[in-house]
Amino acid sequence: MDSQTLMLFGGIGAILVLASLIGLILKLRTRGSPNAVIDNLNARINAWWVMVVVIGIAFWLGTGAVILLFYAVSFYALREFLTLTPTRRSDYPALVAAFYLALPLQYLLIYSDWYGLFSIFIPVYVFLLLPILASLGGDSTHFLERASKVQWGLMIAVFCVSFVPALLTLDIPGYEGRNLLLIAYLVIVVQLSDVLQYVCGKLFGKRKIAPNLSPSKTVEGFVGGILLSSLIGAALWWTTPFNPWQSFLIALLINLLGFAGGIVMSAIKRDRGVKDWGHMIEGHGGMLDRLDSVCFAAPIFFHLVRYWWT
Amino acid sequence: MFEPVVATLITSMARTVTGARSLWLGCAPVPVQRIYFANHSSHGDFVLLWASLPQNLRKFTRPVAGSDYWNTSALRRYIINRVFNGVLIDRERKDPVDNPLQPMLNALEGGDSLIIFPEGTRNLEDGLLPFKSGLYHLAKSYPQAELVPVWIANLNRVMPKGRVLPLPLLCTTSFGAPLQLEEGEDKAAFLARTRDALLALAPEHS
Repeated sequence: MDSQTLMLFGGIGAILVLASLIGLILKLRTRGSPNAVIDNLNARINAWWVMVVVIGIAFWLGTGAVILLFYAVSFYALREFLTLTPTRRSDYPALVAAFYLALPLQYLLIYSDWYGLFSIFIPVYVFLLLPILASLGGDSTHFLERASKVQWGLMIAVFCVSFVPALLTLDIPGYEGRNLLLIAYLVIVVQLSDVLQYVCGKLFGKRKIAPNLSPSKTVEGFVGGILLSSLIGAALWWTTPFNPWQSFLIALLINLLGFAGGIVMSAIKRDRGVKDWGHMIEGHGGMLDRLDSVCFAAPIFFHLVRYWWT
Repeated sequence: MFEPVVATLITSMARTVTGARSLWLGCAPVPVQRIYFANHSSHGDFVLLWASLPQNLRKFTRPVAGSDYWNTSALRRYIINRVFNGVLIDRERKDPVDNPLQPMLNALEGGDSLIIFPEGTRNLEDGLLPFKSGLYHLAKSYPQAELVPVWIANLNRVMPKGRVLPLPLLCTTSFGAPLQLEEGEDKAAFLARTRDALLALAPEHS
């Protein structure tokens, strides 16, 4: 790892130590009486430690490990999505193609640096293949709905997520060999925005911003969280090919996209009658609960950087 | 001697593929004698239910399975008899003098718990088929055992009928509150009540 990556992880480590200390003090102040908010906060902080360590190990192992890590992330996200969106028996061939064909091929294409194909593989080829496979069962019940669910799951959980490791394929003049930092920048800014929206919402939140779709999000959390994390994004300009004001604007854009992603994914959850996508990350819910904002931010971030910096 | 290894292999595979989340909603995973009765939509049902139990309960919990399916090959016979210590019953009932429930009653009298599927056959649609009367006769002849409803969600999507490759979708097993045959309750009322108790555990979105 180079010195900038080490500094980034050192900074995250310092923030987590601080967060764990605050969590411990809050816990001690309750004097053993159970407090759901504080217990959930501590569970979230502990899960962050695990996630940062896993990402850190992948960074230390190099680009292949990072691509594999996001492959796994996509797998868990796709599994949560398709578990919650019921399909019928005749969708089996389409689901097999989703898990055993589209998912590995998309990551193989990214590993082999084939931009021309990985950017259209799922939106074009798989988009056409899935309804063909679904039609083989000869079952017309809810056909469009079923075909759309599998396609949507692949777009969100595989296509969109894969644009995080796809950042490794960009050739940015003067930024050679540092593309991992671009991944770190994207993930840190978007995730910090989630965290700061949660913190600002818990501290100052009064007016709900989308009561029917995502009842926990507030106007105060939205403004405070996105502003603060965009400023942090600006302050992290030295890890990127951007200058400070470019870095601020890009951070602002991906934070707004991330916020919108949270609202959209929450609308799907509420329609399915659940609060969380899954249970694999203690305190956070499922993989998709942690990832919804990244799904929406990653492809746009990728294309922005590709268009203006390569 | 390889049976525990094979058992661990099969249950860890079932848990990895399905995420096997157990929700003990109406009772705790404690070693009391029980008849777990569950919805049946896949050949993997008893494997997942068995894998959802803690190790110490698995040892004396035996799946009840149809001999017509499990006696047809040496591998199936090995798995059901040696690995899962299953109780095989004759669903076709060639000899009418035999009480088809006798093997289950023998297992219960030996102190074991049972896993049964009172629909009697795999249900390929949503919801539940009407229950066969076996559950009623077991509850009547052996009232000591708790009757625990268990809803297995999503496994029919993981392994649809006639497909070989499982899909890695998440499955949940929900254990409900124990039931008992009530004083003077007739067969139809009992079967309806137990069926409703099982249906009540089904998640809304399935």
